[in-house]
Amino acid sequence: MPSLIKGRQVATANPPSPEGRVLRLEPADDPAQIAAALEGAARVEVHFPKFGDGRGFSLGRLLRERYGYKGELRAVGHITRDHLLYLERCGFDAFELRDGEDPQEALDGFKVFSVSYQ
Amino acid sequence: MYTYDDIDQRLVDERVEQFRDQTQRFLDGKLSEEEFRALRLRNGLYIQRYAPMLRIAVPYGLLSSRQLRKLADIARRYDRGYGHFSTRQNLQLNWPKLHQVPDILAELAEVQMHAIQTSGNCVRNVTTDQFAGVAPDEIVDSFVWCELIRQWSTFNAEFSYLPRKFKIAVNGAENDRAATYVHDIGLHALRKDGEIGFRVIVGGGLGRTPLIGQVIREFLPWQHLLSYLDAILRTYNRYGRRDNIHKARIKILLKEWGIERFRSEVEAEWQHLKDGPSTVKAEDIRRIEGRFTRPQYEHLSATPIVYSAPGFDAWRKRNVHPHKVPGYCAVTLSLKKTGVPPGDVTSDQMESVARLADNYSFGELRITHEQNLVLADVRQDELPELWREARNIGLATPNIGLATNIIACPGGDFCALANAKSIPVAEAIQQQFDDLDFLFDIGEIDINISGCMNACGHHHVGHIGILGVDKHGEEWYQVEIGGNQGETRPGAKASLGKVLGPSFARAEVPAVVEKLIDCYLAHRDSDAERFIDVVHRVGVEPFKESVYAQSHQRPAGRDRQPALA
Repeated sequence: MPSLIKGRQVATANPPSPEGRVLRLEPADDPAQIAAALEGAARVEVHFPKFGDGRGFSLGRLLRERYGYKGELRAVGHITRDHLLYLERCGFDAFELRDGEDPQEALDGFKVFSVSYQ
Repeated sequence: MYTYDDIDQRLVDERVEQFRDQTQRFLDGKLSEEEFRALRLRNGLYIQRYAPMLRIAVPYGLLSSRQLRKLADIARRYDRGYGHFSTRQNLQLNWPKLHQVPDILAELAEVQMHAIQTSGNCVRNVTTDQFAGVAPDEIVDSFVWCELIRQWSTFNAEFSYLPRKFKIAVNGAENDRAATYVHDIGLHALRKDGEIGFRVIVGGGLGRTPLIGQVIREFLPWQHLLSYLDAILRTYNRYGRRDNIHKARIKILLKEWGIERFRSEVEAEWQHLKDGPSTVKAEDIRRIEGRFTRPQYEHLSATPIVYSAPGFDAWRKRNVHPHKVPGYCAVTLSLKKTGVPPGDVTSDQMESVARLADNYSFGELRITHEQNLVLADVRQDELPELWREARNIGLATPNIGLATNIIACPGGDFCALANAKSIPVAEAIQQQFDDLDFLFDIGEIDINISGCMNACGHHHVGHIGILGVDKHGEEWYQVEIGGNQGETRPGAKASLGKVLGPSFARAEVPAVVEKLIDCYLAHRDSDAERFIDVVHRVGVEPFKESVYAQSHQRPAGRDRQPALA
């Protein structure tokens, strides 16, 4: 079971099933296809299949900025501490780390940069 | 010179610590090869043929004498006492040690330098005209816009893991000295009804699939620059191919979609982003402008100085360039002396150049994409003195724009990707044209050499382009002509070279180049018609004939090495 970080804290690895639907986007998906279902969704998962596949960053921003999604936005897949700050800046607030990534140590990933240009 | 504020400094300092941690995690086995590869590359670190190669960013090619001294010092202590200036206006060290790289970065941060995004699948160092801010044909000072883009692109959360590398060039003058048509995005400043804006060119590039960029927007008002870049990058990030590294550049997406569809996707995206938070405000520009130190020019006479000496006149003709301020000029220090690998500079030379910059050019210099150095603010009346000093350190070769000012990648001598060597080929051609009168008679010509199809030596846009290819484990060279980096003067537009035919053995290359030049000399209608102008006028055929028609005969004329069978 991969470990989970929520809102900059280590979360229980096996959280109780939430109310409502879990929506999931693969990197090539168009967020428009789930726009109508966003209201009432328990969470949206965006899949990052490879370390260097950055499509999900754009999907995160689109979900937040264009479709106004306010609920949990979870990055799943090949996620390490090196991605966390960027993911957070693109609107993600939950992170399922890849196997072997220590969640407690990974929290340092949020502290790497204290400022940003954008 | 751009000077860091607290945020700039904190970011590079924090980056050093981040990379130190990433290197340690890799050495501890907590990061896989593939993961560390993606992370080290975006910090300019390659694992090369003999050792790692570290590419240090010189944002838009602008460097202070203090920074150059630091580079000299680093090259001496961590490397073998020299560095290589690349066509991306960066400095490459060919022999650093992996575990010392974090220390090198920490030292660079002391002088406001770094290696951020000099490689990897992200937005790379923004390049520009080496005469930015001083050119008589200036429209805007492109450094300011480059810095704006540098900040937008540095650790940009959304665009940090693109399908492939992404190169942006900005040209702020009428003539295009930034090769805007062969970049992923080229921005050419324009003034329309008193308003500043940019022609946006997209999808150009060299490499295995060379393409000339296409205009996606003829005039983009400056306020929208970043939101429009956001729209292009987002379109590329989402739809660019990731299944094949060789088809992953934005130019391939543009080719597959066509400019009409590409434009409509970008414009549709832009409608959502336009006038949003990334809109550029006048105060943003003022803030960045305010971080640049400016030379305090004196009021000087514009009358050219009268001075003549053997060697000086040729140097003045080729290496001295006009300046927008009366009494000043820009000077190119040539890194293309015969026998020295193009772009290579020793630590001693770097220190000497730093001193020249201090004494003659307000302590600043620029790196050119032709791998030379420019002192941009030299008093005309100090030219003779500067020339003597530059000559003493071997940097006054009067060959800017001429046949021996060859662009070459490090090639098979250093690079793990290369099929063939490029440095010895450059040297052999330089030796072929060692007669200065003949060199001047040939006139302006760009000869570019790449050791493989990745085209780091920009061979596609050389008037004569030479590409190293592998044939059954042997080094051969393909020759093309008619490439042009851009409209550096009104006339020939950006174009890609056409391959002449079967490739040549290394020893044949200088003679082939000479035949091409003889053919040009026979066809030109005047001294003013350059090699590239003749190729564009008469086509490739006469040149092809001159090279292949009598290939069984030993060529007449100068002393040449016989071709290998």
